[in-house]
Amino acid sequence: MAKLITAARQTKQEKEPALKGTLASVFLLGFFVIFSWVSVYFLFLHRL
Amino acid sequence: MHIHKYEKIWLTFGIGCLIVFLTVVGVSAFAAGQQPPSCLTTIDPEKVDSTPPFDHPGLVKKGDKEYELNIVVAAFSFTPNAIEIPKGAKVTINVTSKDVIHGFEIPGTNVNMMVEPGYVNSLTTTFDKPGEYTILCNEYCGAGHHMMTARIKVVE
Amino acid sequence: MAQPLEKVDRRDAKLALAHLFVAFAALALGGFAGLLQTLVRSGKFELPAGISYYTILTTHGVLLGLVLTTFFIIGFQFAAVSRTTGALSDGSRRLGWIGFWMMTSGTACTAFFILTGQASVLYTFYAPLQAHAGFYIGLALVVVGSWVSGFAMFAHYARWRKTHRGQVSPLLAFMSVTNMVLWLVCSLGVAATVVFQLIPWSLGLTDRVNVLLSRTLFWYFGHPLVYFWLLPAYMVWYAVIPKVIGGKMFSDSLARLAFILFLLFSIPVGFHHQLLEPGISPFWKYVQVVLTFMVIIPSLMTAFAMFATFESYGRSQGATGLFGWLRKLPWSDARFFAPFVGMLFFIPAGTGGIINASHQLNQVVHNTIWVTGHFHLTVATTVVLTFFGASYWLIPHLTGRVMTKAMNRLAIIQTIVWAVGMTFMSGSMHFAGLLGAPRRSAFSTYSNSPQALEWIPYQIAQAVGGTILFIGIILILVIVINLAFFAPKGETEFPVAEAAAPYERAALALENWKLWIGLVVALILIAYTVPIIDIIQNAPPGSKGYKLW
Repeated sequence: MAKLITAARQTKQEKEPALKGTLASVFLLGFFVIFSWVSVYFLFLHRL
Repeated sequence: MHIHKYEKIWLTFGIGCLIVFLTVVGVSAFAAGQQPPSCLTTIDPEKVDSTPPFDHPGLVKKGDKEYELNIVVAAFSFTPNAIEIPKGAKVTINVTSKDVIHGFEIPGTNVNMMVEPGYVNSLTTTFDKPGEYTILCNEYCGAGHHMMTARIKVVE
Repeated sequence: MAQPLEKVDRRDAKLALAHLFVAFAALALGGFAGLLQTLVRSGKFELPAGISYYTILTTHGVLLGLVLTTFFIIGFQFAAVSRTTGALSDGSRRLGWIGFWMMTSGTACTAFFILTGQASVLYTFYAPLQAHAGFYIGLALVVVGSWVSGFAMFAHYARWRKTHRGQVSPLLAFMSVTNMVLWLVCSLGVAATVVFQLIPWSLGLTDRVNVLLSRTLFWYFGHPLVYFWLLPAYMVWYAVIPKVIGGKMFSDSLARLAFILFLLFSIPVGFHHQLLEPGISPFWKYVQVVLTFMVIIPSLMTAFAMFATFESYGRSQGATGLFGWLRKLPWSDARFFAPFVGMLFFIPAGTGGIINASHQLNQVVHNTIWVTGHFHLTVATTVVLTFFGASYWLIPHLTGRVMTKAMNRLAIIQTIVWAVGMTFMSGSMHFAGLLGAPRRSAFSTYSNSPQALEWIPYQIAQAVGGTILFIGIILILVIVINLAFFAPKGETEFPVAEAAAPYERAALALENWKLWIGLVVALILIAYTVPIIDIIQNAPPGSKGYKLW
């Protein structure tokens, strides 16, 4: 059983699933967060 | 635990952003003094009217262009409720409540703080632009909550 | 592994359904209150017969924030543990019913005092506004009832573990238990203020109350509360949605790790709701701001896992290109579509949350209607749309019926209506909030203040959004009633996803509850001990109660 798991893990590590779209999606999300946060931060500075 | 290479990239980037955000607000709070209002002074909420400086609420000149504005908050009013401030004045606003929790906000500025019975809250701001500013209560305090307002006039 | 449809035991199904019925009844009444609020706030409408805006607002907050969520979550989790770890024992089921009736009678008691105008204190009931004692007693019953149900789930889970030594527990059971541990630890705070401070004080047994202590105990509970709402939605995303679309779960152990991180970091963070308060030092506020940011990490992991699930499925169906997999998703299946729209809305929702918690940036948004806009994205869109999406299979599964094509189409329309209505309402709340419009306030021009006049167009947009959302509520009630009583008889699957890879050993270590609960307690003590001692030692004279409505 344990062997089976290790074997499965090895094959998985050799061939990682293709997740280019996922990487692009989460980075788009990240840029949205940064843009919004920076906007409010500048609003705060502007109102100081 | 197996983590996909791209997920490692994403988490490094994401956590990096969070650290940058925390550093920016941390440095501006602890080094540049832009802390959120957190006054630790206490007061007897039933003796506000006889406790200085709230026994004579209003604007007090403290130095060249430096002022103190002491305001008593109670359901459903601010005392005083019409204030004139010279342009460019650096004003420390002190507030306290005689009854329940209130809010103290000047829309369009960073002036925003909780007013709680038993505590003085305080915040310093500079009024650079002339014109009319509204003070309002932004914490629910009862039936007249939305009628609670006062006016500041910044004059040349 | 192919087996006939695994079903929730019929007696457990009844228990789960009872919870769901109360939840949707609360949605009907609370949603109507919400409609009235947006209409009043537009300035074009006044409540008839002297009904107070704040009575309606209290009704809305308590019924939707506390009743709808808690009942749906406990009902859903009973179904989930019964489905994945087998029928409840008679003892656990009896506990579940005791919990249900305590919560239901508590809700009725609290609702009575709200609707008769004796408790217009909003769902946060900040002292020294003082409601009728019955309001607090009812709330205490709801909380204690939820504990009884929590213990029923713990007992069931412990029994499963005893008979399955060395095995990793099913994901849904693990997640349900994590969520109930979170709930128990955090609701101790609200129970403490309600039982030891507010009930004796409202009964006249004590004269005065420590206002800041009460608020701090409330917010010790108030933030994990929102994670208690969110985690069941994440359960659906992680453990159900992959099966609904026909794919596999991206990673079972990472899902478990995310839940443990939520458990650890969602509690010692309440000060980010108290950033502008007197009486708490800015140092301790900042400590909790840092801890708040830690709880963002499991959501970053979840975002990756969701996209990865969708992309892997799409590619297994032959999708190519960077975003080709999007086209392979089952857009016409409401069981997928509603939670998916919920996920999308969590992007601006989470972003707003990061801004709110950013220490002094809170001065820009605190107690403005931006905050209302924020949690109408989190709980009222992300969480609620996921709950609706889950209802589309859960209710027919429990009642032995099937959802018809027509109902599925209506559910798709319902999701779109909700998304459009919420974009109007929450979007304009966010913008008006940045301009300073306060939350929790009836219509007012603040003596014709020029700032307040600027908010009116946004307030009208909120009313438009609120009206569209109310149509959404009518649609979901039609669907739920159909699924519960009128849909054709048949078998509906309770979808449970399989992991793409076999269990990793790490998953077993993640069930070390002694370790996790110990760490939770340690983090809470670090974040709260010194400030709470300060609050008690340096307390001003306490406050008498006020009834100002």
